[in-house]
Order: sequence, then structure tokens, then C-alpha cells
Amino acid sequence: MLYVVIVFLWTAILLYLLLGGADFGAGIIEFFTSRKNRGRTRRTMYQAIGPVWEANHMWLIITIVILFVGFPSIYATMSVYLHIPLTAMLLGIIARGTAFVFRHYDAVKDDMQKLYNRIFIYSSVITPLFLGIIAASTVSRQIDLQAQDFLSAYVFSWLNGFSVAVGLFTVCICGFLAAVFIIGETDSEADRQFFTRKAKWMIISAVLCGVLVFTASYIENIPLVDWVFGKPAGILAITAASLSLPFLWYGLTHGKAIIIRLLAGFQVCMILFAATYRHFPNIVLLKHGGYLSLIEHQGQEKTIEALAWALLIGSIFILPALFYLLYSFEKKKPGEA
Amino acid sequence: MALSLGFHIIFACIGMVMPFFMAVAHYKWLRTGNEVYRNLTKAWSKGVAIFFATGAVSGTVLSFELGLLWPVFMEHAGPIFGMPFSLEGTAFFIEAIALGFFLYGWNRFNAWFHWFTGVVVGISGLVSGILVVAANAWMNSPAGFDYVNGEYLNIDPIKAMFNDAWFSQALHMSIAAFVATGFAVAGIHALMMLKGKNVAFHAKAFRIAAAFGAVAAILQPISGDISAKDVARRQPAKLAAMEAHFHTEEKAPLIIGGIPDMQEKKVNYAIKIPGGLSFLAHGDFNAEVTGLDKIPEENQPPVAVTHYAFQIMVGLGVVMMIIALLYFLALWKKKQWLQKRWLLRLFVIATPMGFIAIEAGWTVTEVGRQPWIINGIMRTADAVTPMPGIVYSFYIFTAVYLSLSFIVAFLLYRQIRMVGKLYDHSSEPSKAI
Ligand code: HDD
Ligand code: HEM
Ligand code: HEM
Repeated sequence: MLYVVIVFLWTAILLYLLLGGADFGAGIIEFFTSRKNRGRTRRTMYQAIGPVWEANHMWLIITIVILFVGFPSIYATMSVYLHIPLTAMLLGIIARGTAFVFRHYDAVKDDMQKLYNRIFIYSSVITPLFLGIIAASTVSRQIDLQAQDFLSAYVFSWLNGFSVAVGLFTVCICGFLAAVFIIGETDSEADRQFFTRKAKWMIISAVLCGVLVFTASYIENIPLVDWVFGKPAGILAITAASLSLPFLWYGLTHGKAIIIRLLAGFQVCMILFAATYRHFPNIVLLKHGGYLSLIEHQGQEKTIEALAWALLIGSIFILPALFYLLYSFEKKKPGEA
Repeated sequence: MALSLGFHIIFACIGMVMPFFMAVAHYKWLRTGNEVYRNLTKAWSKGVAIFFATGAVSGTVLSFELGLLWPVFMEHAGPIFGMPFSLEGTAFFIEAIALGFFLYGWNRFNAWFHWFTGVVVGISGLVSGILVVAANAWMNSPAGFDYVNGEYLNIDPIKAMFNDAWFSQALHMSIAAFVATGFAVAGIHALMMLKGKNVAFHAKAFRIAAAFGAVAAILQPISGDISAKDVARRQPAKLAAMEAHFHTEEKAPLIIGGIPDMQEKKVNYAIKIPGGLSFLAHGDFNAEVTGLDKIPEENQPPVAVTHYAFQIMVGLGVVMMIIALLYFLALWKKKQWLQKRWLLRLFVIATPMGFIAIEAGWTVTEVGRQPWIINGIMRTADAVTPMPGIVYSFYIFTAVYLSLSFIVAFLLYRQIRMVGKLYDHSSEPSKAI
């Protein structure tokens, strides 16, 4: 049963990265769009993500619930030592979610729109930045259970070059996902070209940030290269991801919406796989060589069993409904008058 | 934490009750084809979208805050009372999906399928409310594990979920949500009717909301009585604090109002009904009721806060019940009252009462449970995060919630002001777009 729970945890993280990521990306693209094109970007984005944005963020809740029910000591450690970036991310989530809804449901369209937009855009960048920082901090070995002073316990646990680089990388990935997703939603050739250009830019920045991540890990003595390339599976995953890049580029240039979506999803999946499998089941690596492991630090058996059943039964209800939601808003029909 | 919850609960209640109002309006539109009902459904659904998003983000914050603020508590309690939270996750998910269908599904789906998705939003909201209250009830009435030498053994998450307190608390909470939302919505529409704006529209809205609110307000004291008997059995210290009941005695009086004097251990200026408390707590005018004197000093909850909060809740509950009874009287016997301004005025005055009662009620359960975070097992002081400087976090969130409340109120105000333009073309054709 433990493995059922772990599979759900991993899948929830992946789906949050893909769907929630595309959602954040919508704001990131807006951030990198010149003022005169923003209106257009916003409209296309809204049509594409409006109906599903709420559901996209549920994956984060599922992740958290699995952690605190199934792996309480891991959750507790992360909440204590990563308090600050978690809080920052939460503030980002609040600001973003409310701004998104407010700007569409405010009955009067006036200058308040500018304020909502600004909040939406900035928080769309900040939230995934901290998400990436948090993720990187779990493996950067800077969480120090013996730390005595405030700075080393609560600040340097997450503030380092590697974490920040991963944060930037996450931002690029999100922007890339959004651009790729939107391409299939556009209805004019001009829009399609516009978002294709964005997607290409995002790929380039993601690759540059990837280089930055490796550089930072080298400087800070994090054996990232070994994790990723140390075992055949990792090499395979990364090679597959890299090899699919040219196809992706080709797909982009030739407007094959389905192919590029699948490839983009595949790449993110491979990156997450390469980043996690090597130190599985240890998901948090601590300073001085300690670690927190999904197997050693699992909750009691009965809890894990109940959790697994709850997840399995829940997915019977959720998945069909979710697919139907995505499917029915894919077939474009006239919307609200 | 208390702040986030107090904020979240308002949005959560509206998020779980409004869909039912919408479903009724929507049903009437589909049945009668009366445009006003369609517009009403649309107007309300915009409100719900705003509240849902705010409720959802504040809920997301809560699920993190549990760990950010109470890591020690969550480390031990998470695996035990996590069951309702994991099921709640499912319920939220379904709610979010259904809401996607509902809000964006106008003219896209079969009309009844569309209606049904709206009902699903309400039902899954209600289920998630019940589940999360079951988690809170576990803190009042821990079950489903053995506590041996500071270790939590033989965990049984199912038993933990169906603890002694879950039923009475979940029932009371669900009804409370209907009371509060019903009265708040009815009050706003009553105000607009008094102002003579778009009366046809607001009268229909008022009727739906007032009916829900009034039925619930009459049921609420009954369910409150069930809760009180439950508390008397499982948390005598809380009951004693609620009632400022200092001395254990038989034929205990029911104390209404008054100022508790902690030094002298008595309540000044209160109305006392002999035997009333014994009856309410144990169903027998002569029963013995445990007072604070039987509880060790270090295990006593803050009496004054609990007592005042309890009085506020019950007082408002009684007032709303009376308004509800008057309203039904008007509907069935005194039709002419429905034309009178005073009845509407009463509803306007009652607009915030339900939500004040909800906040007060939570203060009763939560402060009344102190100093325990898990009743009788873990103290609140032992559960808190070791990180220093936590007050700053508190200041930030206070500022955020204050500004959010402000914006939501502002948006609502704008929605209501735009009713004439957007939703009610019939009564003021000149203003139509
Ligand atoms: C509209 C709101 C509202 C109204 C009118 C009332 N209550 Fe209430 N009450 C709540 C809203 C609420 C609440 C916020 O929903 C609480 C907090 C926790 C809970 O389960 O419900 C609560 C808790 C609560 C408790 C503590 C339960 C526990 O700790 O398990 C008792 C004993 C009562 N109530 C009793 C009453 C009585 C006798 C009322 C008579 C009129 C009453 N309530 C009206
Ligand atoms: C499922 C729901 C809830 C859970 C799990 C929960 C959890 C907690 C916890 C862990 C504490 C202990 C920490 C403390 O003493 O401050 C607490 C206290 C408190 N809670 Fe809640 N709570 C819930 C609902 C609410 C709601 C809706 C309110 C809204 C008004 C509320 C008001 C308070 C207050 C006022 C305290 C402070 C008591 C004191 O410090 O004396 N709670 N709650
Ligand atoms: C410890 C306390 C609580 C936690 C951790 C919590 C968690 C959450 C979360 C994560 C969401 C967002 C789900 C979404 O995106 O749809 C949410 C929404 C919601 N919560 Fe809570 N919640 C708590 C207390 C409560 C209480 C006391 C109630 C009410 C009885 C409640 C009822 C709801 C409802 C109905 C929603 C749906 C959102 C809406 O319709 O506006 N929650 N909650």
C-alpha cells in the first residue's frame, strides 16, 4: 500500500507541475509580453484556463495532504525549516488566485483592472520561483537540524545559489508549458505565431537556466551531475528529454499542437524523474548526511492503508469528471453570451 | 491560525450554501422560463465565483499553516485525524470540477446537466464542510489511538474520524452555514427592496434566501441543545466555562448574561433560571453539573471569553429564530405583513448576525478546549513551531486578509450596484444595455 501512496504523491507533484505550472505560466507569459499585446494574451489565456484553473491547483492540496497524513515527520521538518519560502509561496498563491478571479468577475471594468493585472502577473512569477526554491532545498543538504542561530536554521536552509537557480528554472518551465498549451487554443494565425515565438524563447531560457542550475550545483558541491547521470535510468531519461527537443522545435515551427503538448509533458516528466529517482526513497536530504525517507519515515501501517484507499476511491470519482471537464472545454462551442 | 480559520469559515460557508440558492433559482428558471430567475442565477454565480476563489486560496493557506504553525501537533495528529482531510481533498476536487462546469457551462451543455453540476457544487461543499469539522471534532474528542507513555499507538483513522463529537458538531455547523448565509443574503436583498431598486429581482432573491435561512434558524437551537448535552458529557470543563459555572452543584441554574468575577468565583448581574443548566446539560432539572472547582487550575479554559462568546451565539440564535418565526407567520397567516417595511427592516438588521454567531461559536469550541490542542492529550503550548519571530507572519497574514475582505466587500458592492444594468432589464428598461 505504501507504494500506492508514493505513486499518488509523485503523480500529484507531476500533475501540479504540468497543469498548475501551465497556469502560472499564463501569468509569466503576460509578464514577458509587451504592453500592447497583453490584452490579447490575456483573452486567449482566459479562454484556455478559465474552466480548469481551480482544479489545477487541487494537486497541490493533494500533495500536502498525502505528506501530512502519510509522512508526518517529513511534513513537520519541511514546515519548520522552510517556513519562510513556504509562506512566500502561500502569499503568492493568495494574491494570484484572487486577482485572477477578481479581474474577471468585477462587475465594473475600470482602473481596478490594472491593479488586478499587476498583482496577477507578479505573483505568477513569484509563486513558482519559491516552489522551485522549496523543491531544490529538499535536496540541497542545507537543512540543518542542529542549527543554533536563526539564519542558519531558517534562512540558509533555502537561500543558496542552487535553490535560486532551480527556482528560475521552474519559472521558465512554467512559461514554456503555458505557451505550448496555448498554441493549440489560438484561433488566428497571428496569435499562433506570437505564442510560438514565446514558446521558443521560453525553451531557450529554460536551457540557459538549466546550465545555471548545474553551475550552481558544481560551486556548492551538490553532486547533481552524479544524481542525474550516475545511473543508466537517469541518463536515459535526460537523453530522451534532450532528444525530443529538436522534435519539439520542429513541431513548434510546423504548428503541430498535439505533438508539442505531448512532448512538452514528456520532457517535464523526464526531468522530474531524473531529479527524484536517484535518491528515492529519500526525499529530504539534510546537512551532515542525514535524510528523511519515504520508507523509513512513513506513518503507521493502518494510516497508510486508509490513505491509499481514500486516494484510490477518490480517483474513481475525480479522474473521469476531470477528463470530461478538460474534454468538453476542448471542443470549442459558443461560450457564454 | 485562528485568524485564517475565522476568515476562511465565512467564505467556506457561503461557498457551501450559495450553490443551493442558485440551484433553486436555476430550477425555477428552467421550469418557468422567467428571465428574472436566470439573471438571478447568473448574478449569484458571479458572487459565488468570487467567494469560492477566496475560500479556496484561504483553504490552501490553512492546509499549509497547520504545519507551519503547529508542526509538533501535525506530526502526531496528522496520521490519526488525516482521514477526513484526505476525503475532504476529494470533495474539494469534485467541487472545483463541478464549479468549472457550472460557471463556464452556460449554453454548452444540456440544461439539466448544467443544473446538476450546480447541485454537485453544493453537495460536495457541504460534504467537505462536514469532513473538516469531523477533524476538528477529533481535537475535542480524541479517538482511534492508544496513548501510551507519550506515544500514539494502534492508530485507527476510521475510528478517529467517527469520534464522539463529529455528529453533533457537523450537524450544528452545517445548519449554522445555512442560517448565516441565508440571513446575510436575505438581508442584502431586503435592503435593496427597501430602497425600491429592482424590486422584482430582489424580491425573488429575498424569498429564496429567507426561506433557507428561516428554516435553518428554527432548527439551530435544537441542534445547539444536542451539542450542549454532548459537551457536558465529554468536556465538562468547556461546559463550565461556557456557562461560567464555578461550583459543582445539583439543580444548577442556567446563567444568562452577566459578568464573571474570577476572584470571587461568581457571576454578577446575571439572570438565573433555577435548574435550567441541569436540564439543558443532562435532561433533568436535578442533575449534578460539574463546575470549575472540580477542574485543576492549570486545565481550566479562559472563562470570560468562552462565556461571552457563548452568550453572543445563543443570543443571536434566539433573535434569528424569532425573526424566522415571524416570517413564517407572515407567510401563512398574516399576508399583509409581507408588504410592511418593518419585516424587511428586521432582516436588514439581522444581516451580519449569523456570521457573528459562527465566529462566536468557534471561539466557544476552540477557546473552551484550551489549554489543550488535543483534549486531554497534548497542550497547545507544546505544539507550536519552534521558529522565532512568528508574529511577523501573523502581521503579514492579518494585513492580507484585511485587504482581501475589503476587496471582496467592494466587489460585492459593485455587483449589487450593477444589478439594474446587468441582470434586471424588466423593471428599469431605460437602464438596460
Ligand atoms: C449561525 C450560527 C450559530 C447559531 C445561531 C448557534 N450556533 Fe452554536 N455553534 C455555531 C454556530 C451557531 C458554530 C460556529 O457552528 C459552532 C462552533 C463549532 C461547531 O461545531 O459549531 C457552534 C458551537 C456550539 C457549541 C459547542 C459545540 C462543541 O464544542 O462541540 C454549543 C454547545 C452550541 N453551539 C450551542 C448553541 C445553542 C444552544 C444555540 C441556540 C440558539 C446555538 N448554538 C446557536
Ligand atoms: C476544522 C477547523 C479547525 C481546526 C482544525 C482548528 C485548529 C486550531 C488549533 C490547532 C488551535 C490551537 C492553537 C491556539 O490555541 O491558538 C486553535 C485555536 C483557536 N481557534 Fe481553531 N481550528 C478550527 C476552526 C476554527 C474556526 C473556524 C475558528 C473561527 C473563529 C477558530 C478559532 C480559534 C481561536 C479563537 C483559537 C484560539 C484559542 C486560544 O488561543 O485561546 N478555530 N484552533
Ligand atoms: C483546519 C481547517 C481547514 C482546512 C485545512 C481547510 C482546507 C481547505 C482547502 C485546502 C480548501 C480549498 C479547496 C478548493 O480549492 O476548492 C478549502 C475550501 C473549503 N473549506 Fe476549508 N479548511 C478548513 C476549515 C474549514 C471549515 C471549518 C469549514 C467549514 C465548515 C470548511 C469548509 C470548506 C469549504 C466548503 C470549502 C470549499 C471552498 C468554497 O466553496 O468556497 N473548511 N478548505
